[in-house]
Amino acid sequence: MIHASLRELSQALAAKKLSSVELAGLFLDRIERLNPEINAFVTVDRERSLKMARAADARIAAGSAGPLTGIPIAQKDIFCAEGWTTTCGSKMLANFVSPYDSTVIRKMHGEAGLVILGKTNMDEFAMGSSNETSFFGPVRNPWDRARVPGGSSGGSAAAVAARLAPAATGTDTGGSIRQPAALCNLTGLKPTYGVVSRYGMIAFASSLDQGGPMAASAEDCALLLNVMAGFDERDSTSLDRPREDYARNLDQPLAGVRIGLPKEFFGAGCDAEVMAAVRAAVGEYEKLGAICVDVSLPNSHLSVPAYYVIAPAEASSNLSRFDGVRYGYRAPDYGNLDDMYAKTRAQGFGAEVKRRIMIGTYVLSHGYYDAYYLQAQRIRRLIADDFVVAFRQCDVIMGPTSPTTAFKLGEKAADPVQMYLSDIYTIAVNLAGLPGMSIPCGFAGGLPVGLQLIGNYFSEARLLNVAHRYQLATDWHRRAPDGIA
Amino acid sequence: MSLSLEQVQRIAHLARIEVSEGEARTVLGHLNGIFDLIEQMQAVDTRGVEPMAHAQDVSQRLRDDVVSETDRRDAYQAVAPETGAGLYLVPKVIE
Repeated sequence: MIHASLRELSQALAAKKLSSVELAGLFLDRIERLNPEINAFVTVDRERSLKMARAADARIAAGSAGPLTGIPIAQKDIFCAEGWTTTCGSKMLANFVSPYDSTVIRKMHGEAGLVILGKTNMDEFAMGSSNETSFFGPVRNPWDRARVPGGSSGGSAAAVAARLAPAATGTDTGGSIRQPAALCNLTGLKPTYGVVSRYGMIAFASSLDQGGPMAASAEDCALLLNVMAGFDERDSTSLDRPREDYARNLDQPLAGVRIGLPKEFFGAGCDAEVMAAVRAAVGEYEKLGAICVDVSLPNSHLSVPAYYVIAPAEASSNLSRFDGVRYGYRAPDYGNLDDMYAKTRAQGFGAEVKRRIMIGTYVLSHGYYDAYYLQAQRIRRLIADDFVVAFRQCDVIMGPTSPTTAFKLGEKAADPVQMYLSDIYTIAVNLAGLPGMSIPCGFAGGLPVGLQLIGNYFSEARLLNVAHRYQLATDWHRRAPDGIA
Repeated sequence: MSLSLEQVQRIAHLARIEVSEGEARTVLGHLNGIFDLIEQMQAVDTRGVEPMAHAQDVSQRLRDDVVSETDRRDAYQAVAPETGAGLYLVPKVIE
């Protein structure tokens, strides 16, 4: 049961072979048993979950259920959910019980009738690639508990990998869905910027942040995206487009699909065993009828430098709201108002968040704006234009998701720059606003390797199709860590 | 480029984050490492390139100027550190 696909769970619920209460209870029991070792969840509320499950069972009985009604999932603790503690992995929000629902929560739970199993651990304010910056402690990778699950959606990734939940949500500003999906053997999708509403999703870098699904397969991700995506007038950058069924093209054959292989993704800088697994996956695609073409993303090496100007600049503005006045932490002792702000923020934020706020403050300050912020925005344009040229020659771009497999806890924690380079292959996608996926494509030294798929704007259904056909031909995505059965 | 300790303290003040001198020294080392990475941008000639602020080339939507929200002040203030008579309380600003 714990390895069933969402479609199978949906069919079992519809046929009344099991109830949502039973299904939620099964996963809540697993969380109770295994979460102390993995630390994937920061909040679990059995009664609240079971109440949602009972409501779902009533909908199923009344014949008013949607395709995913009654299916329990884990929510990244960045999505505000009314009545649930919503911490964003920070001491600043450790006691914040959200008075409202984010649009993602409203659509998935209020409307589609899924059940929240709990809120998952994450890097503080989604700033990190290892889940080690969380105020609530690191998450352990179910494939090797001495290693990180990736980040920032590391709790969501570990929860699904350990089958503490059938699926989860994540958010991706520079790779935070794709990199943990790769490190935990999952399928993760970051949609085109503007497809999933950001309303109530605690902001990190607003021009880059995008929510998306993390699950065992592309088919599961398609079904989840169907209930996550859609225009939202409460998000000023939400795109008003016709509704789509993201599962509509899943089975389409791949004959003639052109796969672009950027030479910049296949050069130095990637672990040799990771590269071998990625090349083998590309070979499998050729067997499925796809055609490989060489492309180039000549400015991709500038994506990490440009990102570490743009994202901190936006973060320094977004996180100015945490000042101890309207919500969240306030320092216990202070003098005047300025002192209250400075002490509250010194005590409420962790080291990585402070670093990024300070970088952002500096690059936006008088005299440095043109040299850093505007230059980064110009480079962002060059990076986005590279993709425009590349997509004239191909339908999907492929390469590694991460240059390494899961690294050891503590291995990169002392050196921010080494940590930032974990995202060398994922960041350009956020800067351009394109959709990207990571799918399991093999193992290196017993640890999962992810294949990254990048599509043109709004090509989620095509990406999911390309991922699904590979998953029909291979079984990497079905492998589970030892002891998870 | 290399930041000075005074610059780090100035940035921390602008960001309203209290730092001790010891913390400022640690932060200085980290920030200089990060700016070494960022400096790679400076070698690129971007004259004539339009800055890209946003992934989608769309203009800001406007809504009709009508009431769309209900009064939920009590719920929102319930999560505030300190309130009184419907107001958020902070240390006295004007003597």
